[in-house]
Amino acid sequence: MWDYSDKVKEHFFSPRNSGAMDDANAVGDVGSLNCGDALRLMLKVDPETETIQDARFQTFGCGSAIASSSALTEIIKGMSLDEALKVSNQDIADYLDGLPPEKMHCSVMGREALQAAVANYRGEEWKDDHEEGALICKCFAIDAVLIEETVRANKLSTVEDVINYTKAGGGCSSCHEGIEEILVKVMAERGESFNPHAVVAKPEEEKPAKMNNLQRIKRIETILDSIRPQLQRDHGDIELVDVDGKTIYVNMIGACSGCQMEAQTLQGIQTKLMEDLGEFVKVVPSRAGSYARAASHV
Amino acid sequence: MDGIYLDNNATTRVDDAVVAAMLPFFTEQFGNPSSMHSFGNKVGLAIKKARMQVQELLGAEHESEIIFTSCGTESDSTAILSALKANPERKQIITTTIEHPAVLALCSHLEKEGYKTHFLKVDNKGRLDLDEYARLLTDQVAVVSVMWANNETGSLFPVEKMAEMASAVGIPFHTDAVQAVGKVPIDLKNSKIDMLSLSGHKLHAPKGVGVLYLKRGVRFRPLLRGGHQERGRRAGTENSASIVGLGLACEQAMKHMHYENTEVMRLRDKLEAGILAKVPRAFATGDVDNRLPNTSNIAFEFIEGEAILLLLNKFGIAASSGSACTSGSLEPSHVMRAMGIPYTAAHGTIRFSLSRYSTEAEVDRVIQVVPEIIAQLRKMSPYWGENGPAEEPDKAFAPVYA
Repeated sequence: MWDYSDKVKEHFFSPRNSGAMDDANAVGDVGSLNCGDALRLMLKVDPETETIQDARFQTFGCGSAIASSSALTEIIKGMSLDEALKVSNQDIADYLDGLPPEKMHCSVMGREALQAAVANYRGEEWKDDHEEGALICKCFAIDAVLIEETVRANKLSTVEDVINYTKAGGGCSSCHEGIEEILVKVMAERGESFNPHAVVAKPEEEKPAKMNNLQRIKRIETILDSIRPQLQRDHGDIELVDVDGKTIYVNMIGACSGCQMEAQTLQGIQTKLMEDLGEFVKVVPSRAGSYARAASHV
Repeated sequence: MDGIYLDNNATTRVDDAVVAAMLPFFTEQFGNPSSMHSFGNKVGLAIKKARMQVQELLGAEHESEIIFTSCGTESDSTAILSALKANPERKQIITTTIEHPAVLALCSHLEKEGYKTHFLKVDNKGRLDLDEYARLLTDQVAVVSVMWANNETGSLFPVEKMAEMASAVGIPFHTDAVQAVGKVPIDLKNSKIDMLSLSGHKLHAPKGVGVLYLKRGVRFRPLLRGGHQERGRRAGTENSASIVGLGLACEQAMKHMHYENTEVMRLRDKLEAGILAKVPRAFATGDVDNRLPNTSNIAFEFIEGEAILLLLNKFGIAASSGSACTSGSLEPSHVMRAMGIPYTAAHGTIRFSLSRYSTEAEVDRVIQVVPEIIAQLRKMSPYWGENGPAEEPDKAFAPVYA
């Protein structure tokens, strides 16, 4: 049985706003019977103010698909269309106190239905821009299609590359066989063969001589900057709060804050810092209790 | 009632007598059966008794044909890999599209190592085409592995006949009988089946113990080497308590075989007929006239299986589903797809599997609850209209992306 949060269960057993809406003026349909997931989002939008007065849904899908649909309708009621468009799938997941990684696509479907409904209201055409594959990395919820496309686009050739570009495989490492299989396949397309012993091309950096405090902190900032784009892609961010000896205090911001993957993300950041600094450090969220909350989701 | 357990093809409750028989083997009978002293000797004798109890249930000719393993999956892997190693010049395997992943995933993996696997197709009731099978039986085939009963639908394959066909051309035959053992009579001494896998926890023995039956004289290469246990065919200290438990469970299964095929079957039939009579757009999948007595797999159209399971669970009813969402994959059950069950129904398949512990009252309760649950979910489905499926569901709901 999935480890669903109480909130997910509650929204599944007593869904809000389910059923057809006769006077909807914005309808978004996503998914299909084949996928096993389909959602119709119906909105009643005030033409004067573009405010969402009412929202209802019909969903064919699993428990978390129904709960995500229910959460979505609750979140967007009363919002303007522009505000609603800013709702991310992470917002839906957060509203439900998190979703298992295998189920994050249910929240993505909710956000897409919303985009489709707004496009429908505005007479625009909405196109889905992503395809989903089998889930490879369960720690960071990364599927085969994303990994394959990234490997192809960036001509990646090692598991380490894949971790750096997609985060997939950067957690428990159980999925490395699956990642290698993708590398074998994609590299064959470009006439190469995968070499598991290939050394990651890392510019030989001189071990920094003992840095003073300011140099060390600047260095930590630079490393965090290099990680930032990955976090921002998931609508999150990180800031450095303090450095106290071996302990580095950070703030997780936006979607990263309270994300069920927070503990693992911090772990990854810590590993990266240790590699680059060449010393043992501990990364700790400065916000009290945030670790405990993150841990309860994992 | 504290919960209605209708998921016995997943695993079963360990019989109370089996637990009682096992307990001494954790404490006073803790010896290593290989030891010379009396601590070990008694354990060795208990394992010998268990071996004979398994032999009896399988109708095996010799007790030495029984090899204890850790699970059904280990038995499957041992059997298939042994046949490949014993016949290194043969590079083909025959199996079916609806095997358990223990066989399917192994065969797919072996394809990467240069083996060619023929996956026999099934028709819409899950039946094989024996002419296709006959054509594939060439001297290139190292092993045939076909399940006795399918775990999702309970459908039975004619493995005895298929083993004869393989034997006639000198190909070793393995059957994954994990679901069949204890539910259908088996008489291996009068069959051409060379290897058979079974799993303890499917027949009221504990998890973590299984058996590989290996017909005397069949060429064998062990998976685990490193000790003389199981006559050198499966090294590793014996899981003595579980083996003793499995032995008794086999004896009990033998005793209940008639009950399983009369009373359990009657309850299963009542459950299936009761649900189908009340729920529109639902049907039983598989080879319904030729299946295990305890299994019923029903497809409910236009709703999704995991949602059904969650609601059933709320009523204390345990079953399982072939829907994609229950497994975390994107595709519904490979068994349903192989039988050509349309996607409209494949995502909504629910398997009810009974045991000798199932009662009439439980079945009545499920018949009462299921129709309400299905109606509740259909009300929420965009593919369902007021009183039935939307006219041409594909057109009524045609999303931007598919």
